[in-house]
Amino acid sequence: MKILVCMKQVPQKDAPLKLNESGTWIREDVSYEVNEPDAFALEESLRQKEKHGGEVVVITSGPARAQQVLREALAKGADRAIHLEDNAFVGLDAFNTARAFAAAIKDEQFDLIFTGLQSDDYGYAQTGVVLAELLGWPHATIIMHIEKNDAGIRVKRELEAGYFQYVDMPLPAVLTIQSGINKLRYATLIGIKQAKNKPLRKVTLAEVQSAIGANLQKIERLYVPQKTKNTEFLEGPPAEVAKKLVDKLRNEVRVL
Amino acid sequence: MATATVPKSKISGGSFLLEARTPHEVFTPEDFTEQHQLIGQTTEEFATNEILPNVEKIEHKDFSVTRDLLKKAGELGLSSVEIPEAYGGLEMDKVTAAVIADHIAKYAGFATTWGGHTGIGTLPIVYFGTEEQKKKYLPRLAAGEIVGAYALSEASSGSDALNCRARAELSSDQKHYILNGEKMWITNAGFADLFTVFAKIDGEKFTTFLVEKTFPGFSIGAEEHKMGIRGSSTCPIILNDCKVPVENLLGEIGKGHVIAFNILNVGRFKLGAMCVGGGRVSLENAIGYAKQRKAFGKVIADFGLVREKIANMATLIYVGESLVYRTVGLMDVALGEVDKSAADAAKQTLKAIEEYAVECSIIKVWGSEMIDYVVDETVQIYGGYGFVEEYPAERAYRDARINRIFEGTNEINRLIITGFLLKRAMTGQLPLMPAIKKLMDEVLSGPSQSEELEGPLAEERKLVAQAKKLGLFVAGSATQKYMQAIQDQQEVMGAIADMVIETYAMESAVLRAQKIAEQKGEAAASLPIAMTRVYLSQAMEKIEAAAKKVIAAVAEGDMLRTQLAILRRLAKHEPFNTIELRQQIAGKVIERGKYTLA
Ligand SMILES: Cc1cc2nc3c(=O)[nH]c(=O)nc-3n(C[C@H](O)[C@H](O)[C@H](O)COP(=O)(O)OP(=O)(O)OC[C@H]3O[C@@H](n4cnc5c(N)ncnc54)[C@H](O)[C@@H]3O)c2cc1C
Ligand SMILES: Cc1cc2nc3c(=O)[nH]c(=O)nc-3n(C[C@H](O)[C@H](O)[C@H](O)COP(=O)(O)OP(=O)(O)OC[C@H]3O[C@@H](n4cnc5c(N)ncnc54)[C@H](O)[C@@H]3O)c2cc1C
Repeated sequence: MKILVCMKQVPQKDAPLKLNESGTWIREDVSYEVNEPDAFALEESLRQKEKHGGEVVVITSGPARAQQVLREALAKGADRAIHLEDNAFVGLDAFNTARAFAAAIKDEQFDLIFTGLQSDDYGYAQTGVVLAELLGWPHATIIMHIEKNDAGIRVKRELEAGYFQYVDMPLPAVLTIQSGINKLRYATLIGIKQAKNKPLRKVTLAEVQSAIGANLQKIERLYVPQKTKNTEFLEGPPAEVAKKLVDKLRNEVRVL
Repeated sequence: MATATVPKSKISGGSFLLEARTPHEVFTPEDFTEQHQLIGQTTEEFATNEILPNVEKIEHKDFSVTRDLLKKAGELGLSSVEIPEAYGGLEMDKVTAAVIADHIAKYAGFATTWGGHTGIGTLPIVYFGTEEQKKKYLPRLAAGEIVGAYALSEASSGSDALNCRARAELSSDQKHYILNGEKMWITNAGFADLFTVFAKIDGEKFTTFLVEKTFPGFSIGAEEHKMGIRGSSTCPIILNDCKVPVENLLGEIGKGHVIAFNILNVGRFKLGAMCVGGGRVSLENAIGYAKQRKAFGKVIADFGLVREKIANMATLIYVGESLVYRTVGLMDVALGEVDKSAADAAKQTLKAIEEYAVECSIIKVWGSEMIDYVVDETVQIYGGYGFVEEYPAERAYRDARINRIFEGTNEINRLIITGFLLKRAMTGQLPLMPAIKKLMDEVLSGPSQSEELEGPLAEERKLVAQAKKLGLFVAGSATQKYMQAIQDQQEVMGAIADMVIETYAMESAVLRAQKIAEQKGEAAASLPIAMTRVYLSQAMEKIEAAAKKVIAAVAEGDMLRTQLAILRRLAKHEPFNTIELRQQIAGKVIERGKYTLA
């Protein structure tokens, strides 16, 4: 199977974030890491390749620094990489990112495309789904397990409240992968060393420019929520406290 | 990202005392390649996911866990970066070796084991083995299938290791050496397979042997009950008519000292890197605790005296990184000039590393004393909880202490630092004497217009220049008085070493901050600059004190007064507001919850 894995570089989980000057996104000077669900998507692709043969290709968009996630993927066993390299890719919405990816891979034939369930920064959970639509492929989200069979694949989806759904799908297809579905491997030193010599194709913004348009989604303003901690203790016998509580929820907070 | 300039041409060891360096001539953690970063990440993940969950078992000496971990480390490639590719190794640069040592040091018990195995347990064969010896042992050592150890010390000779009692005699059939004697404090002994053992042939010729644990007459004594690094194995080994095949003689007969000293030389930088890694963990624990411990209605992280400690610790980690990576960067440039296909490639490699013996000893001494400060203040921040076993501060405090003792005690290393510099000066390899003479002429001719430096960190660079002058001045006064006999004046040698150590540390801190400022702007360098200033302040105090100590011993009367006046002039500087600087540093690292430069 030939699998494409979409991987994103996101700010490190515990990195302190600062707003940029226009208050529309965060400042660039943070440490970055691989988006968590994408790491599981990569792992899953490598396992599929180990079982069924084929090729794993990784793709990302972003400035030069984003190449680090591709190198990491190559070090773990991906065969080659595609880097849509430009600072402008950082600001694209999910629709445009998917359109840029679709344009960048138009000459390739994949059996499967994996994305992470969502990105830890924007959290859209859309890129994979939109990409499937653009390609005219079926998709399934929140994937826990993938089994290849003669007709295509059978996947396990996570639903709410501990329920799962099993879906049979034809190939090619797009799957968005849930975190924690497998055990991530380490990048071995020999892998890291070899990654340097694996092919990495760079795609410029100009090459995909005609495929993308104005963002449909826009972040108008980003701000750190104000801490307005105001704790009030309701006192008295339980019945009375309950009554006061209901009154507050209804008239002050207006959630009832 | 590493866009920038890393050093390209070779710089002589010890020359930092005489020449001013530019930021482009030093390697810093900011210059890590993608590859270095990925390897750091793999090591970090290995330490966090594989080592840390097993600490309790390892502390209780369940060494089957240790063996498994060594195997896993081997599979990942963490144990073979210094082994040539031809023998199953990865043959990578010394920066990589330092990065791994730095990040694997999250738990000292295992780090010691790993260091003993990959360093002193493996490198003697890498550098001195025959083709057959390398083929036979290195691939399995690289993979962690067999574990290495290094047996030099004896009960009656540790620092004075050449004075050992273990003996070897050639058997009558000339097929074996028969070894007799006892070695003491051998790291990994409890479970190692292969020992590099030093013994004197016929009681005279100090020689090295590769001894497998299965050789007849070889046995291992009981585990020592140690103050710290209890998760490592330390036992005596007993050689009782131990039969070692002649082909297991390592290097040359009577040349064991070459192996003994070189192997310690090439390993010291990694001990320094481990101290930095261990220090970082301790600092993180201290911050985590200080942020949640409440006293007097506040978290203790809000108190100035606690913040001061945290700022000091972070500063030391910064300086430690600067020192370690600058030095391995120097080595890598020198090693780049080694012809790997040459017959004497191993010899050339050793020579390239030995060039930086002074710098490596500096790292060893400085790193081991730095981590002792850090773990001590961590205990202090934990208060009563710092003194009990349930919290991590207590073990870290015990574990750190060994670093000042093994791999050459810090006293021995101080003597190496000054001794090596003097030796190089005498042979003319290092133009120390002309530099001293020039300075003496300059200072004795009265106050001079001190040159004004410009650009970022000008004031700090000026301080470094002053520190260098102070060092030369004191070395000049002392050599004038004692001449060659200075070697017997250990206190003077030690004080000079302290000045040299602090100077190298100061300069490394300044150059790194300067490099960050030049590449990312002064705003992005605000924390490195603050740390540099804090460090410079305390280092100048140490340098001044050491200088005074020596001057007071070598001069008296009018001469003493003249020299003290010169000393004061050379040391003169306006103090930084270190209270404010430390507040700034503490604010950032406490917010971040761990060591940070951003
Ligand atoms: C946990 C542990 C692990 C070890 N692992 C190994 C190992 O794997 N292999 C191995 O071979 N050894 C190992 N050692 C031994 C270690 O290298 C020695 O303990 C160390 O070299 C010091 O030697 P010593 O204990 O004999 O102290 P001594 O040499 O007796 O020193 C005692 C004191 O005197 C000072 N001193 C000694 N000579 C001088 C001098 N000329 N001038 C000034 N001061 C001096 C020392 O600095 C020290 O303060 C280990 C030790 C420990 C504790
Ligand atoms: C072996 C042992 C025996 C003991 N025996 C006794 C005993 O017999 N009886 C008894 O009553 N207690 C005893 N203690 C408790 C001991 O007195 C306390 O541990 C000690 O007072 C420190 O308090 P703490 O542990 O709560 O640390 P904390 O008060 O939490 O202090 C933690 C850190 O914060 C610093 N800090 C705290 N407040 C401030 C501030 N306002 N400004 C700046 N820094 C601050 C501290 O200096 C310390 O570095 C014992 C403790 C031990 C470990």
